[in-house]
Amino acid sequence: MQVILEVAGLRKSFGHLEVLKGIDLKVAARELVFVIGPSGSGKSTLLRCCNRLEEPTSGSVRVEGVDILAPGVDINAVRRRIGMVFQSFNLYPHLNALGNVTLALRKVLKKTRAEAEDAGSLALARVGLMDKANAYPNELSGGQQQRVAIARALALEPSIMLFDEPTSALDPELVGGVLAVMREMREWGMTMVVVSHEMRFARSAADRVLFMDQGRILEEGPPEKIFNRPEQVRTREFIASLNG
Amino acid sequence: MGKFGETFLNWEVMAQYAPKIVEGFFVTLQLAAVVVATGLAAGLAAALVRSLRLRLVNFFIVAAVDVLRALPPLVLIMILYFALPTVGVRLSGFVATWLALSAVLAAFAEEIFWAGILAVPRGQWEAARSTGLGFLQTMRHVVLPQAVRLTIPPLTNRTIAITKGTALGATVAVGEILYQAQTGYSFSYNPSPLTLGAIAYLILFIPVVWFGRWVETRFAWKR
Repeated sequence: MQVILEVAGLRKSFGHLEVLKGIDLKVAARELVFVIGPSGSGKSTLLRCCNRLEEPTSGSVRVEGVDILAPGVDINAVRRRIGMVFQSFNLYPHLNALGNVTLALRKVLKKTRAEAEDAGSLALARVGLMDKANAYPNELSGGQQQRVAIARALALEPSIMLFDEPTSALDPELVGGVLAVMREMREWGMTMVVVSHEMRFARSAADRVLFMDQGRILEEGPPEKIFNRPEQVRTREFIASLNG
Repeated sequence: MGKFGETFLNWEVMAQYAPKIVEGFFVTLQLAAVVVATGLAAGLAAALVRSLRLRLVNFFIVAAVDVLRALPPLVLIMILYFALPTVGVRLSGFVATWLALSAVLAAFAEEIFWAGILAVPRGQWEAARSTGLGFLQTMRHVVLPQAVRLTIPPLTNRTIAITKGTALGATVAVGEILYQAQTGYSFSYNPSPLTLGAIAYLILFIPVVWFGRWVETRFAWKR
């Protein structure tokens, strides 16, 4: 089993508030790990520590064996191996879809404009938005914007993709398109860590579900176990609250 | 035309001093161009340095900006022109006016650019940095293009206001429009050269005002 992401003893405090209280997590190649838990449980912070958008207070994070917290590590080189998709899409409003996808290809991977546009078009095709290459973000629906954001990350050919509530800002009828793309990525064998409340997606697509509560991973296992036979009371309560 | 015409639109006097006003026109044009170029470039540079968030450096930037925004530009010009020679630095009126107005424009521009940079949502930084772009690359390709669009209306207004301050150069013998007009007035005892000067200012600045409006529409968000 090739481990892509390895988190050990990860702690993160904001001032006096300890948000992550020692997280250990290994994600294998081609695995889809799903993270659930109540708001404030540290799910997003965990993801954001994995590419150092947040600086961990202590612990270690290794991506493809590289200690990304080591002094002198080239964080930009590390980050292009880690795709990230945000709740609020964060597309660049002054660039069209293709421009959004090709910026890092040109400036980080140093591809020529023609090479970048080839790779960028391919990435847009993979999320089904080839025909929107020239559209600006404000001309796209939320679902389309999120798919462009996925293409932007995919184009860099990352070894792992982190999704931070990718569908939470979408109208319900737009969620399906984004999840369909994520399902396809799983078919291609992309390694993914997904923070989300889309339990139906988790049941059908996740290899493993982590339940986080108050800065700790309280329970983990295959989706049928976590959703149907959770061991922890907190997990049971959380699942019950989701089912209304 | 009667007395009014003879006083303010005296063709004879105007014809006599027109060449001097034209000369002044080009001096004003030169002075305005170097002030805008230097002031905006220095303002942008200061805003970029400020974005590095080095505590001590930012303290000095903010202090300098506050002083320059509070001081009347004329005071600065006077200090540069009349006070500096006492410590051995002798500047021409042109250079003194250029430096003073550039510094004032830079101060205002820094505040405006900085506000624009802050107005770009944090998510834009995070998205760009997560794809491996560095701080400067993110600033240049993602943040500044958005910040500059936000800042164009206030920046245009402020630039026009400060550039018109080139008329203050008349006080330190810069041969710009107002200086020439005033000289003509003193020699002829007739205000027609001032009328001519006003017309020269309009010819110079009305297109700038129009250009400002065009830039504002041109760079408005595609919505």
